[in-house]
Amino acid sequence: MNPTVITAENLTRRFDDNVAVNNLSLEVYAGEIFGFLGHNGAGKTTTIRLLNGVLEAHSGSIRILGMDPLTDGPSLRARTGVLTESASLDARLTARYNLNIYADLFGVPCNKVAFRVSELLEFFGLSEYADDKVETYSTGMRQRLALARTLLHDPEILFLDEPTSGLDPLATHQVNELITNLANEKGRTVFLCTHNLVEAQKLCDRVAVMEYGRLVALGTPADLAQQYIRRFDVDIETAPDQMGIALDLLSNASSLTQGLPRQINGSITITVTGREVIPDLLSFLVNQGIRVFQFIAHEPTLEDVYFALHGEKEVLQ
Amino acid sequence: MNWRAIFAIVRKDLKVVLQNKGVIIPIIAVPLILFGALPWLSALTPSLINLSGISMNELTTMIERMPVGLQNELASYTFQQQTVVFFLVYMLAPMFLIIPLMVASVIAADSFAGERERRTLEALLYSPTSDRELFIAKLLSSWLAAIVVALAGFLLYALMANAAAWPTMGMVFLPNWMWVVLVLWVSPAAAGLGLGTMVLVSGRAQGFQDAYQTGGVVVLPILLLMFGQISGAMYFGVWVTFLIGLVLWSIDVALIWFGSRIFRRGRLIARL
Repeated sequence: MNPTVITAENLTRRFDDNVAVNNLSLEVYAGEIFGFLGHNGAGKTTTIRLLNGVLEAHSGSIRILGMDPLTDGPSLRARTGVLTESASLDARLTARYNLNIYADLFGVPCNKVAFRVSELLEFFGLSEYADDKVETYSTGMRQRLALARTLLHDPEILFLDEPTSGLDPLATHQVNELITNLANEKGRTVFLCTHNLVEAQKLCDRVAVMEYGRLVALGTPADLAQQYIRRFDVDIETAPDQMGIALDLLSNASSLTQGLPRQINGSITITVTGREVIPDLLSFLVNQGIRVFQFIAHEPTLEDVYFALHGEKEVLQ
Repeated sequence: MNWRAIFAIVRKDLKVVLQNKGVIIPIIAVPLILFGALPWLSALTPSLINLSGISMNELTTMIERMPVGLQNELASYTFQQQTVVFFLVYMLAPMFLIIPLMVASVIAADSFAGERERRTLEALLYSPTSDRELFIAKLLSSWLAAIVVALAGFLLYALMANAAAWPTMGMVFLPNWMWVVLVLWVSPAAAGLGLGTMVLVSGRAQGFQDAYQTGGVVVLPILLLMFGQISGAMYFGVWVTFLIGLVLWSIDVALIWFGSRIFRRGRLIARL
């Protein structure tokens, strides 16, 4: 296991009567992509602020890269990069000027500033507009520029708050690839706050799910699925003349299934009560003389986990 | 102290201000009117005295009320010259302080409250600067700009005043020692008063306009100095000017100390 780069223990932060982060404990390992999921107001942004020493916790402790964010704030922030939810760019300045200023702020060596800025502008497809004022940029361009700013000093830990928000599919793909490369090839740690569960499932090694300031689940997407999802949908394609018999058989296999089978687009979909009954169900059909052409068990997704945790009441915004 | 980061923020703040017409127009227009046009008008005072209704006796009374040292200074001049020196050197001196005060207030309002309004503060708070460095950078951007504009305004004023009054004076009469103290000692303090007030006001203001309007009260002490001189209650001698500077610096220190207490990352980010 890689060394721990972020350790938070019993972290609590209140704003008047509202407990934004409630007794949060977690560890993040070097080089992993750590997804931080939750509804609006779940405490994601507050946690990023606490971890970077921008906000003080009312109780609990934090160590990041061996430092205490409150006492070593400037040294710590020199080694982290934060993409905030709003792009937080100076719209009256050009893209290049925005990056030049932050290169100085983050201590990029003076003789490398011009090259680094041009390199990032090129990577994010902004070279052509580098000397245009940011107020002329589209939302997607601003988001790309903000990402470029976050990467200027090649931080060891990246805190990305909705990095693909406002991006078109191509740019989203490019950013997701960049995140994967940063973690896999450069060993950077990525703390990814997102509402996009499909994206989180695809990118993250582990995820934490927050609800009203509390950590309600933590683990790999697969572990969480196993832990929280008890029902699997299975698609079964049988010989066309045996579909009726199969439907009857499945309707009466209540020890293996949950609810009645549905006939959808020439195949049958049935919900089973757990992963362990999937082989039994297939054996049951085959033993009854049903010729099975396809048998597809749908792995539960992070989305299923999320909605299971939220009692399927919450709607992600 | 991370000076590279501090000056990066100063550069950024000034560059942003230069792009804002609402800020830059008053910064240029007010000194131009005060220091470019007013000396010409004042230099014509001797010939306007009868038109403006001020009698020669009234002017003589005002001059007689001045401290002995100042009277002696004026004694070597003719009456017309005394009138010019009275207006251009003494009466307009408090008005000069409006410039550093105004420039510092406008830029500080844009730098502190405007930054929050534009939602650009958050990225700055995540930079590897300490609260103190961030605060110093924000103070410097408005203070340095105010000093530069005040110095440029003074040079313009000295040039215009000497040129406009040349027919009457026939010599270079400005600056005198009082003005040297005023420009080098009092005007930086006046700038500090403007920005110190704005730091406190910006903590609660909704945005640039709100901060600037609320902080406008800071001009009151300068108006008091002006009325004090017009009424004859006080005159800007070298020592009086020095003392005014000392009082302003003391107020600055207090304002900036209070400002530094409220300029904390946690406090700022909680208001975003």
